[in-house]
Amino acid sequence: MSADQTKKPSSTEGNHGEGETRRDFLYLTAAAFGAVGAGSFAWPLIDQMNPAADTLALSSTEVDLSPIEEGQAITVMWRGKPVFIRHRTAKEIEEAKAVDLGELRDPQTDEERVQEGHEKWLVMVGICTHLGCVPLGQKNADVKGEYDGWFCPCHGSHYDSSGRIRKGPAPTNMAIPDYTFINDTMIKIG
Amino acid sequence: MSSGNREKLDNPVMEWVDSRLPIFSLLQKEYGIFPTPKNFNYFWNFGAIAMVMLSLMIITGIVLAMSYAANTEIAFDSVERIMRDVNHGWLLRYLHSNGASFFFIAVYIHIFRGMYYGSYKQPRELLWMLGVLIFLLMMATAFMGYVLPWGQMSFWGATVITNLFSAIPLVGDSIVTLLWGGFSVDNPTLNRFFALHYLFPFLIVGVVFLHVWALHVTGSNNPLGIEPKGKQDTLPFHPYYTMKDSFGIVVFLIIFAGFVFFAPNYMGHPDNYIPANPLVTPTHIVPEWYFLPFYAILRAITFDIAIPFTGLVLCPAKLGGVLLMFGSIAMLFILPFLDKHPVRSARFRPWYKIALILFVINAFVLGVCGGKPAEGFWVPLAQLCTVYYFAFFVVIIPFLNKKEPVVPLPNSINEAVLNKNTKAAS
Ligand code: HEM
Ligand code: FES
Repeated sequence: MSADQTKKPSSTEGNHGEGETRRDFLYLTAAAFGAVGAGSFAWPLIDQMNPAADTLALSSTEVDLSPIEEGQAITVMWRGKPVFIRHRTAKEIEEAKAVDLGELRDPQTDEERVQEGHEKWLVMVGICTHLGCVPLGQKNADVKGEYDGWFCPCHGSHYDSSGRIRKGPAPTNMAIPDYTFINDTMIKIG
Repeated sequence: MSSGNREKLDNPVMEWVDSRLPIFSLLQKEYGIFPTPKNFNYFWNFGAIAMVMLSLMIITGIVLAMSYAANTEIAFDSVERIMRDVNHGWLLRYLHSNGASFFFIAVYIHIFRGMYYGSYKQPRELLWMLGVLIFLLMMATAFMGYVLPWGQMSFWGATVITNLFSAIPLVGDSIVTLLWGGFSVDNPTLNRFFALHYLFPFLIVGVVFLHVWALHVTGSNNPLGIEPKGKQDTLPFHPYYTMKDSFGIVVFLIIFAGFVFFAPNYMGHPDNYIPANPLVTPTHIVPEWYFLPFYAILRAITFDIAIPFTGLVLCPAKLGGVLLMFGSIAMLFILPFLDKHPVRSARFRPWYKIALILFVINAFVLGVCGGKPAEGFWVPLAQLCTVYYFAFFVVIIPFLNKKEPVVPLPNSINEAVLNKNTKAAS
């Protein structure tokens, strides 16, 4: 009797509860599989927009530095972007080194931005880190901004002779690409 | 969308179709006898005008696409070929490029109408929000369209605007690469922009359908902002408003034609007739005029928001500008929930009317600022206007909710219209 009493309600409750959880479980698994399925179909649709294999494989660029005289700069294309290569004067290097890091928005020493033994060569992606314009300052006649480097006319960012952001809306210094010196007058970017 | 109690049509062919798919009954119900407040003024023309412009953009766009080539090597030349060699190509392109401007003119007036007469208020909140969504889609469409001719402004506009997304913390750069399909705005970017520029107008058509559907559920607002109470307050849409809309459309199209034929490049920028050059940024990048107020808000944030003395930057200037720019449209989106004042029309809200007129002037000044280089007094001016833009939504409107007196409104549209006529007569 006592056994019956304890058994009965629990079994009906159990049955009732079990029916619901089973159905819930089916709904949940169906929804979960559906979501995974939809997601795995959506991903190729989105990822196709990312750079394609041939775009990624864009060969690196080799640049001969010997024709660039002191105080001059050239712009080369690398992955569709302009790369600034500047043969800096002693004065420009001096200015870049003299800066107090505390003044900088994106603190970096000049040494971190050039390669040892090649301090006169500044190689960087010539794109303003604000919204992507190409700053002025490559030609001798260009405005170079208040810090003797580059000036972005789009929204008024000033960069110094190490390409570091000093004034204006840009958040960071101009980027340094990966590059290696093949010999004293040849570099390979990328 | 069933016809309910359908009346038999006289024409047997139409009747055969209508009894199977009640399309004629639907048109008759929604555009024939549809009861419409009888006191509309000309501001109520701009919805129909926007619809005409949307159709014009789709028609001219599709025929332009027959000669346009979305490849960076030839895109610019293909547009020049449309201008010089393709039969009537010059006309089609000028209709399309000026059509975008006039589409925006119509939509801006349409939005102003909604704000002035309180058309966004209960029960038309969703109708209004669908409208803001259309406006957003239009902006995306026009931005991508402007990239297609691949001139200097196309390229640099695309560069600056896509770079906006790099302001998003953590994932920003990956998003920008995803948008570009490379490491700069380049051929993959042009290709996808063309694909999406083709698609988006049809999404707009879809949302316009929902917008009009919602309109036909609530019925139109009117210059008095009071609901029609019966037959005496309304007129059947046809022929009264089909006629009034047609008249407005014709006047609008005459002005439009004036630009297309006599000043087709007035609203464009000469730099876009220089082929895109990734190595040289034009000294002064400006978007098309219809984006200028938003561009001014973007550039107004020239400072980081930091915790004082710690040097901890909470919100860098770049992110701040982007957030405010998108925020400015978000404000429009939530306007129905900010404005809780029970009176709709600015005719009976003298305080709101002043604030709104200032808002419009402010938007024009922002537009001027956006077109000037970001230097000198243009920067603080743009900042001041940005403050008013947001203050209008989050300070002034909530303030008026509580403080602006509620004046007695006319009893009915009919009474107000008749009173006006007897006053004019005496
Ligand atoms: C919401 C409707 C649309 C808007 C606001 C719009 C806007 C624009 C704008 C501003 C331009 C640049 C014009 C210039 O400066 O040359 C453009 C170009 C173009 N659009 Fe559209 N468009 C719309 C619909 C369409 C549709 C449906 C197509 C169909 C494929 C299309 C195809 C083109 C083509 C091929 C160009 C490049 C040729 C040119 O630059 O004139 N557009 N569009
Ligand atoms: S892109 Fe250089 S300052 Fe904005």
